[in-house]
Amino acid sequence: MTLAAVEAAGQLARPVYELSRVSKVYGERVVALESVDLTLREGEFHAVIGSSGCGKSTLLKIMAGLTPPSKGRVMLAGTPVLGARPDIGMMFQQATLFPWRTTLQNILLPIEVREGRAAAEAAAPRAKSLLELVGLKGFEATYPSQLSGGMAQRAAICRMLISEPNVLLLDEPFSALDEITRDFMNMELQRICRERNASAFLVTHSIAEAVILSDIVHVMSARPGRIVRSIAIDLPRPRTLDMGTLPRFGTYVSEIRELLDKGAFL
Amino acid sequence: MSQAAETSSAGLPADTVWAEKVSVTSNVPRWALMLGLLALFLGLWQGVTSSGIVSPLILPSPADTIRDIGFVGRNLSSGDYMLPALWITASEVVWGFVLALAIGVSLGVIVGETSFGERAVMPYIVAIDTMPKLAFAPLFVAWLGFGIMSKVALAAFISVFPIIVGTAAGLHAADENARMLFKSIGASRLQTLVKLKIPTGLPQFFTGLKIAAISVVSGAIAGEFLGGGAGFGELIRVAASQLDTPRVFSLIIYLSLLGLAMFGLVSWLQYRFVFWQRSTNSISANTSRTAV
Repeated sequence: MTLAAVEAAGQLARPVYELSRVSKVYGERVVALESVDLTLREGEFHAVIGSSGCGKSTLLKIMAGLTPPSKGRVMLAGTPVLGARPDIGMMFQQATLFPWRTTLQNILLPIEVREGRAAAEAAAPRAKSLLELVGLKGFEATYPSQLSGGMAQRAAICRMLISEPNVLLLDEPFSALDEITRDFMNMELQRICRERNASAFLVTHSIAEAVILSDIVHVMSARPGRIVRSIAIDLPRPRTLDMGTLPRFGTYVSEIRELLDKGAFL
Repeated sequence: MSQAAETSSAGLPADTVWAEKVSVTSNVPRWALMLGLLALFLGLWQGVTSSGIVSPLILPSPADTIRDIGFVGRNLSSGDYMLPALWITASEVVWGFVLALAIGVSLGVIVGETSFGERAVMPYIVAIDTMPKLAFAPLFVAWLGFGIMSKVALAAFISVFPIIVGTAAGLHAADENARMLFKSIGASRLQTLVKLKIPTGLPQFFTGLKIAAISVVSGAIAGEFLGGGAGFGELIRVAASQLDTPRVFSLIIYLSLLGLAMFGLVSWLQYRFVFWQRSTNSISANTSRTAV
C-alpha cells in the first residue's frame, strides 16, 4: 500500500521509526545533519537521496544505533535507540561476507553472535530456506570467493533477514553491481519486503532506484545535511521495472533532479 | 586500404592473425630457468677463481666450496663436533623465535586492540625499532652471560618487531563495513576480536612471522659473533680467522637451510590456517622477504 492510499483510507500504519530534531555535529563546526524529522511506518519503503557528503550515511548510522546523535530523538518500535538493536537488519554497498566462513556460516553469523553456536545450528534450516528464497539453493557450503558480486549480495540479504528484523536499513546495497543485476535485485528486495511486511530505509545515489522502490523519497542537501523535501511516490504496488516509462515516473525523477541540482549550487 | 574494405572483401587476407610479443623465457619451465641461472653463476664463479685474478684465500672456487659442503655434511651426519654446534644454534633460533612470538603477539594485541597501546606504546616500539639492534648485543652478554641465553635474547629482540607490527596491522585490517556489521549485530569486543579481527589479520600476521623467521637466524649468528658461544656462528668466526673461506661458505649454506626450514614451517602454518588465501604463491613470499 502506498502512503497516499493509506491516507485516503484514513488509517495510518503503526510508526516503526520516529526521528525528531535529529542533528549530528562532528567536532565543533562540521554539521553533518541538521534537525531531521521523519516517520517510517510499518510496511513502508523510504529512500533518502542526496549528493555525497550530505549526511545520509550518518543518518543511517544514527538510526541503526551505531553512532549517537548530537541532538534529537530516535525511537524504534516505541523504544529509544541507545545502541545496536537486534530488530533491525543492515546491508552495505559491499557484501562484507567473510572468506573463512561458508555462505551458510556467513548467513548464520548474527545468530551465532547474539545467541551462540547452538542457536546458529538450530537456525540452519531457516538459513537454507532463505538461500532458496534468493535463488542460492545449493551454495550453502560454498565459500564467498566462489560467489559472483550479485550472488554475494544475495547472501548478504539472507544474513540481514536471518534474525527476522522488522526494519531494513540499506546503505547503497546494490550500487556496486551492474545495472541489469541491480534492477533485478531491487525487484527481489521489493518482493521480500512485501512478503514480510518489513519497513525499509534505503540510502541511494540513484534517482530512478529511489522512485521505483519507495513510498516516500527524502531529498537531502549538503552542508548542513537536512531533508529539503519528502516526496510521496504515488505509483501502484507491486512496482515493476517498466513503470520507469510512465510519464508520472518521469515527473518524479525530474522533480527530484531539480531539487538535487538546486542543492548542488547552493 | 579502407577503400578496398568498403568496396569488397576481395584481395583481403582471410585471417588477420599476428603473433603477440611474448618474452623468450616465458615458455621455458621455471626449474630450467633457475637451474640455468645457477649454472651461469657457478660458471662465472669458477672462471673468476681459475683465472687467478682473485686469491683462493679471498674467494674459494665453487669446486672447493662444494667439496667442503660434503665434508661438513659428513661431519654432521657422523655426529662429530659440528653437530652439537648446529644443535646449539638451532636451539637459539627456535627459542628466540618462540620468545619473539610470545612477546610480539602480546605487544601486538595491546598496540592493535587498545587505544592506549596504539597511542602510548606504539611510538616507543617504533623508536626502539629504529635503533641499530645489533648494538644491544654487548648488553645482552653483560646481562645474560656468554651462554645460550644472550643469543636467544638477541635473536628474539631482532625478530620481535615484525611480529608486533604484523599483529597490530592485522588487527587493524578489518574494514569499516565489517566493523559496522559486527556492531550492528551487537557483537561484544571479544566476539569482534575473535570472529572478525583475528581472522582478518591472519595474512598480515603471517607476513610479519615470515620476516621474523628469517631474521631470527641472523640474530642468533650475530649473537654468537659478538658474544662467543659454541654454535655455528662461532665455527664461522673461527674458520674466517683461519682464512678457511670454503668452510665459511659451506657453513653459511647449512645455516641458510635452517632459515629455510623456519620459513617453510611458517609458510606451511599459513597455508594450513589461512586456507581462504591459498592462491598466494612463492612470489609473494619473496616480496615479504625483501621487506627485511
